[in-house]
Amino acid sequence: MAPLIEEVRSLVRSRLSDVEGVVALRRTTQGTAPYLFGSADEVGELVLAPRYPLATIVSLLQKRYTEAVLGVVARACDVRALVEMAKRAQVFPDRLWIVAVSCTADEAQECHCAQPAPQIDGLLNAVVLGEAVAGAQPNPLVAQYNDMPLEERREFWRQQFVKCIKCYGCRNICPECFCEACALENPLWVEPGVLAPPFPTFHLIRAMHMASRCVACRQCELTCPAHIPLTVLYDLIRRDVADLLGYEPGSDIKSVPPLSLDLTDAPLRKH
Amino acid sequence: MKYQNVLTTCPYCGVGCGLFLQVLDGELVGVLPAKEHPVSQGRLCIKGWNAASFVNHPDRLRVPMIRRDGQLREASWDEALDLIAERLTAVKAECGPDGIGFLVSAKCTNEENYLLQKLARVAIGTNNVDHCARL
Repeated sequence: MAPLIEEVRSLVRSRLSDVEGVVALRRTTQGTAPYLFGSADEVGELVLAPRYPLATIVSLLQKRYTEAVLGVVARACDVRALVEMAKRAQVFPDRLWIVAVSCTADEAQECHCAQPAPQIDGLLNAVVLGEAVAGAQPNPLVAQYNDMPLEERREFWRQQFVKCIKCYGCRNICPECFCEACALENPLWVEPGVLAPPFPTFHLIRAMHMASRCVACRQCELTCPAHIPLTVLYDLIRRDVADLLGYEPGSDIKSVPPLSLDLTDAPLRKH
Repeated sequence: MKYQNVLTTCPYCGVGCGLFLQVLDGELVGVLPAKEHPVSQGRLCIKGWNAASFVNHPDRLRVPMIRRDGQLREASWDEALDLIAERLTAVKAECGPDGIGFLVSAKCTNEENYLLQKLARVAIGTNNVDHCARL
């Protein structure tokens, strides 16, 4: 059997004429970055790592070109991000062909990923390549944290958050952070020009806004220059959303996000 | 539809973090950290994340400006360079070479900084060369 990457490249090549282009990673002498593949002779440069938030690129292109049909080569976390963004009108799955690629057991372990096999139920135009592997062991830091008494937990976050240099990288790289007006740029909540950011509100505002959105892609933690273990925070947010609201972001395109308010059928009160 | 990323070095300080400029149909639309860059390894500070914002900013200085009678006015490069040469020569004649200081910058390349210190030491004759990274 051909190696996975060759399988992906040959599938992309064969379908390139059906779409406007395929969003995927391209490795050149400049390094690896997201790219819109348009011609077959470039596809030899298509690679699968390192991961970038490709759902954000799809969103950018789909909003600019409102008719175009695009392809994307996505990992399981990219698929979850696309699903969650679709529910909030940031991407449009009816104009998207998804080549979902399973992560290997090693890749899953590196991310402590619970769901490294792409879930494409309900996505009409999607295929999965690669062998599905089971979820990896969770981040041991989460269990350590859970064993701490309350005061110790507070101290844990104090020591982590004081390292923050307010680069906003966690927000910038997050596929689910797409609000045009961000609470973290509002001087009411975050005083400009002051380090460290207000404890614990700065990080908890973002964490609260990620409830029912975070798809555990780990991009925030990977891009944090202060090495704050953000997936511990977001694992806990995801756990609470699952326990309290029975919702798992990115798992099912049909389920409605519990914290989103839909006013379509709301009665209009006459004054 | 053409979307690509162009590798460059953050212009803001001397660390030299690697970043990609996102280009959509020839228009600069954003920044992504370069994950394989040996210096920054996919991480940026707030300046790097915003390194694209000045490129098309309306306040960006695009032509030399000369202040005359309290008013800044656009000038040609020839006019600006003539004025600089004239003033440097006049100050040097009046105060000597050490009446002039040169400030180089972390935002410039090593080669540009080298050229400026060469101008200071050889053309003007002073060791008054300093750098914003010392602040």
